[in-house]
Amino acid sequence: MPAFPALPAFPAFPDAARDAVRDDVLRANLRHATHTIRDKRARAVAELEDWDRLRAAGKAVKDHTLRHLDRYLLQLEEAVTAAGGTVHWAADADEANRIVTELVRATGEREVVKVKSMATQEIGLNEALEAAGIAAYETDLAELIVQLGHDRPSHILVPAIHRNRAEIRDIFRTEMGNWGRPAPDPLGDDPRDLAEAARLHLREKFLRAKVAVSGANFMVAETGTMVVFESEGNGRMCLTLPDTLISVVGIEKVVPTFRDLEIFLQTLPRSSTAERMNPYTTMWTGLGPSRGADGDGPSAFHLVLLDNGRTDTLADETGRQALRCIRCSACLNVCPVYERAGGHAYGSVYPGPIGAILSPQLRGTGSAIDASLPYASTLCGACYEVCPVAIDIPEVLVHLRERVAQGGPATRDGIRVRIRPAQRHTAERAAMRAARLLMDHPGALRAAERLLARARRLAPRRLPGAGRAWTDTRELPSLPAESFRDWWARERGNPQ
Amino acid sequence: MRVALFVTCVNDALYPRTGIAVVRLLERLGVDVDFPAGQSCCGQPQYNTGYRYETEPLLRRTAEAFAGHAYVVTPSGSCAAMIREHYPRIGRKAVGEGRGSELAALAEDLAPRVYELTEFLVDVLGVTDVGAYFPHTVTYHPSCHGLRGLGLGDRPRRLLAAVKGLDLVELPGAEECCGFGGTFAVKNPDVSTAMGADKIASAAATGAEVLCGADNSCLAHLDGLLRRADAPLRTLHLAEILAATEEEPLP
Repeated sequence: MPAFPALPAFPAFPDAARDAVRDDVLRANLRHATHTIRDKRARAVAELEDWDRLRAAGKAVKDHTLRHLDRYLLQLEEAVTAAGGTVHWAADADEANRIVTELVRATGEREVVKVKSMATQEIGLNEALEAAGIAAYETDLAELIVQLGHDRPSHILVPAIHRNRAEIRDIFRTEMGNWGRPAPDPLGDDPRDLAEAARLHLREKFLRAKVAVSGANFMVAETGTMVVFESEGNGRMCLTLPDTLISVVGIEKVVPTFRDLEIFLQTLPRSSTAERMNPYTTMWTGLGPSRGADGDGPSAFHLVLLDNGRTDTLADETGRQALRCIRCSACLNVCPVYERAGGHAYGSVYPGPIGAILSPQLRGTGSAIDASLPYASTLCGACYEVCPVAIDIPEVLVHLRERVAQGGPATRDGIRVRIRPAQRHTAERAAMRAARLLMDHPGALRAAERLLARARRLAPRRLPGAGRAWTDTRELPSLPAESFRDWWARERGNPQ
Repeated sequence: MRVALFVTCVNDALYPRTGIAVVRLLERLGVDVDFPAGQSCCGQPQYNTGYRYETEPLLRRTAEAFAGHAYVVTPSGSCAAMIREHYPRIGRKAVGEGRGSELAALAEDLAPRVYELTEFLVDVLGVTDVGAYFPHTVTYHPSCHGLRGLGLGDRPRRLLAAVKGLDLVELPGAEECCGFGGTFAVKNPDVSTAMGADKIASAAATGAEVLCGADNSCLAHLDGLLRRADAPLRTLHLAEILAATEEEPLP
């Protein structure tokens, strides 16, 4: 059975969310998990008196780097090459997958171990490797649960957040044996038992693997250093044990200097796992001074720099701030929409508020899911408030809504294009225009209000058309006898 | 002191009693109230749904209606945030698109003169005890645009706490969005309803008789859910509680 069975195209967000909202187990799992991490994050952040300044500094470093991205990427390439690494440039997912597949093939190996990586998920690397006859094993506990469950990740940091302990035990019991060492029998659903089962299963993989694939949280331009943050130690196993290490990293992950890491070493762990310090932070620079000659560390290192829509996003003055994202997932954990809809509804490896602005920019707004994502928010602003690099997610959401609803300029594959308004918004556009025309003529508005007041006995309990979405679950406000405007004219005699 | 009331289109057409309460409250505090008849809608529904061009004439109309008024007071955090936060943004975008600086100038001129009601009471008039009387148990839901957009902080709760006879109980998870979100309520009805259901459940669990808010759009959504559920809790705009006195109690 393939690890990643082909899934149908993603439906628009409201349709996908409907099922999630009705799944009581999923909602309970999500509510418990997001509220726990949300409260812990708030406490961890409150401990730092200079949080606001760290946030501003993180934003400034990222903005500066993005502004001079070309220069820093070339500097990075030079530093990585000087340290014995090889740099590859990938314009899109296909090119990145092709490069990695060829690199693995050249080693003669048929399996790789993986450090959890958003970039490789974004490009569908596991599926591409599988098509080439190469098995890719996820080693992060939550990614392992997702992979064994023939599932999709639903959270940036906790990909199996939608699963509870009992479900995980069942997945381990039935699936582990198909992929390597089976789960101990009997297996309880105590976290310790589950972790031990995963440890035993993964240890076999670490010791056998000759090739590892990772991403990176940061890349330092001045030194060529790659940085991976993780919590379980599995990443360090993958990054040090195999002979060949291939890292696929989005070009926006570069920072200018080693010292810049100081900011993110404080803000990332607190924002993501509510920890003061990250448990495992692995840094490597090319092959290091020994070049693997002493058997310590890989003897070949490849860095695949991934664009895949990032320079197009960079061309957008409002939208480019999404590239500041350090993938901490604080916005997911605080988002009331994510909490009800779950990660799968976002139809992307980047769920939640950041996914709602990142995916439609990386992929364009052409598909039903990408056109619906900018609307998957109440604009409540909680995501902006917690973002450690101050991405104004509501601002970008409205900006992208504008692109969907009324069209406008955008950059696709490096070419400036004019996006046409989405066709399915025709009726809405007419309604918005009609409302504006009415509002722009207070005399007509006043007449309409009077008509409404006179018709209040006829007010239906359920509305047709788009209004049905309101009246299916909610009563309409009762209509007043007269508008405020008329009350004022009657009481205060304001000439109209 | 003289202020212009921006009643908002929702209050004008659906909740006139909120506008009337603001007039009574401000007049009781010795403020003269004008109601410029040229006003209508701030354009928030259009703007937040992605129709910026449709918003521009409404920006112009709103700015012209309130030209020359030193204080524009509105009983809606989201409409105040629209004018203060987004009007300047819309103006800058128009400039960026090479359509002159007129819209930007109108926006920049109006934005700093607009006050949400509780800001005006606490910051400008300098009062927290407005002499109101409301002998009921009340819980307060801070709407997102007031809370995070305008940074209203504890102003509304301080005003409520000073009301004679009023027993203010804290709403658990108060800062979580109620799920209204303008057109979100009809574009994503399932998530919107789920969020609202959790909010009214939290409010009901406080044992309060009244769920108070300072934005009638959010209250319309919550009230709609409460009435569909036949729940005993009722919703009230903050202005109506603040306007109530022993001599003139709420009807």
